[in-house]
Amino acid sequence: MKIKIATENLSFYYGDFCAIRNISLKFPENKVTALIGPSGCGKSTFIRCLNRMNDFIPGARVEGKVLLDGKNIYSKNIDVTEIRRRVGMVFQKPNPLPKSIFENIAYGLKINGWGNKAEIAAKVEESLKAAALWDRVKDKLKKSALSLSGGEQQRLCIARALAIEPEVLLMDEPCSALDPIATQKIEELIHRLKEKYTIIIVTHNMQQAARVSDYTAFFYMGSLIEVGTTEEIFTKPREKQTEDYITGRFG
Amino acid sequence: MMRHFHTELNDLKINLLKMASLVERALRDSLKAFNERDEALAKRIIEGDERINRLEVGIDKQCLSLLARYQPMAGDLRFITATMRINFDLERCGDQAVNVAERVIELVKRPPLFCCMNELQSIAEIAIEMLSEAVNAFVYRDDKLAIEVCKRDDEVDELRDYIFKALLDFMVTHSPAVRRGTHLIIVTRSWERVADHATNIAEHVVFLLEGKIIRHQY
Repeated sequence: MKIKIATENLSFYYGDFCAIRNISLKFPENKVTALIGPSGCGKSTFIRCLNRMNDFIPGARVEGKVLLDGKNIYSKNIDVTEIRRRVGMVFQKPNPLPKSIFENIAYGLKINGWGNKAEIAAKVEESLKAAALWDRVKDKLKKSALSLSGGEQQRLCIARALAIEPEVLLMDEPCSALDPIATQKIEELIHRLKEKYTIIIVTHNMQQAARVSDYTAFFYMGSLIEVGTTEEIFTKPREKQTEDYITGRFG
Repeated sequence: MMRHFHTELNDLKINLLKMASLVERALRDSLKAFNERDEALAKRIIEGDERINRLEVGIDKQCLSLLARYQPMAGDLRFITATMRINFDLERCGDQAVNVAERVIELVKRPPLFCCMNELQSIAEIAIEMLSEAVNAFVYRDDKLAIEVCKRDDEVDELRDYIFKALLDFMVTHSPAVRRGTHLIIVTRSWERVADHATNIAEHVVFLLEGKIIRHQY
């Protein structure tokens, strides 16, 4: 099984505070890995290290390695924009740009150097289809993205992330602001997308982790406690802390 | 919310233990009725099965409700699925107590048949003991005890084969004993089935404790 992205002894500090400690974790290609753990356990910090999203935080520093196809993304002379193109991200709250549906996707393409209008239009359509949104929006591409429902906005954000052809898709609680029907659509989408992408999803919803992922990693207080197949983690975890967390006996 | 769930899990466990004790009592009573040719006791066992059946349905509903409302995971999930299976096997043991009681009612109509009396006593005692130990393994979370129960199933199968052969041989030479002999074969078969269900329960206990499926290995 090919490992698409991996961390080696990855630690992350906000000033003096160590938010994640010495994490080595491998993410197999074309699989969905769920990160679970209580609030503040470091899973969002961790996922943001995977495309250098934490670079913007003043006083923060990273130790260890993040290997994308075996190459450390924190090495010198790395093009960070290129890393973020290859490792896309979808956030907790849908965050469409205050532009038209079409422009939301075309914008990323344009700043990545796309100029041909026909090519852009074709890519917008392809991305919206991949995010299972095309049929809903094809007749109103010029309307504001903000006119869409929450679930549709999130799928638009996924389409936007897919447009620039990433290899890895990071999803930070992508359904926490959505109703069960919209959630189901995103989960079905995740299922389909893993054929093309390696997906890492942070979720507080244990049932969601159990439904969508192939592997599950449990984080607690900045450390990785356990990782295994999702089936194993949710039926017979090895560590007592994992068992206590997923059966609600924590703390 | 979770605390409530754990209280409900505890209620479920108490109900399963209640079920186990009713079934064990029914089996012991059916052995007593058999040994003492006690028709009245046999009738009470048959009537009492209704209560076991009601409890079985109640436990099943409780499990389904917990699964639907809480979507439990890991140890809790194994506990509920194991409980559903143990509950089913216990109810079937209750049915076997009824089967024995029904044969007792037939057997007391004729003089006793003195064939394999010791072996019949043994197979019944081992089967009841296996059930009792399987339930203990559940209560005390003792996987070693559960595996011991599984291993004893062969002993019961051998006894059953021995009794079947002896009864058939006896019936071949004593034709007036055919009707009673057939009832005794059915009784033997019932105890052997109780041992099978006890083995199943012990296997469910291993699954509950270790997450391993050991069915069809013993």
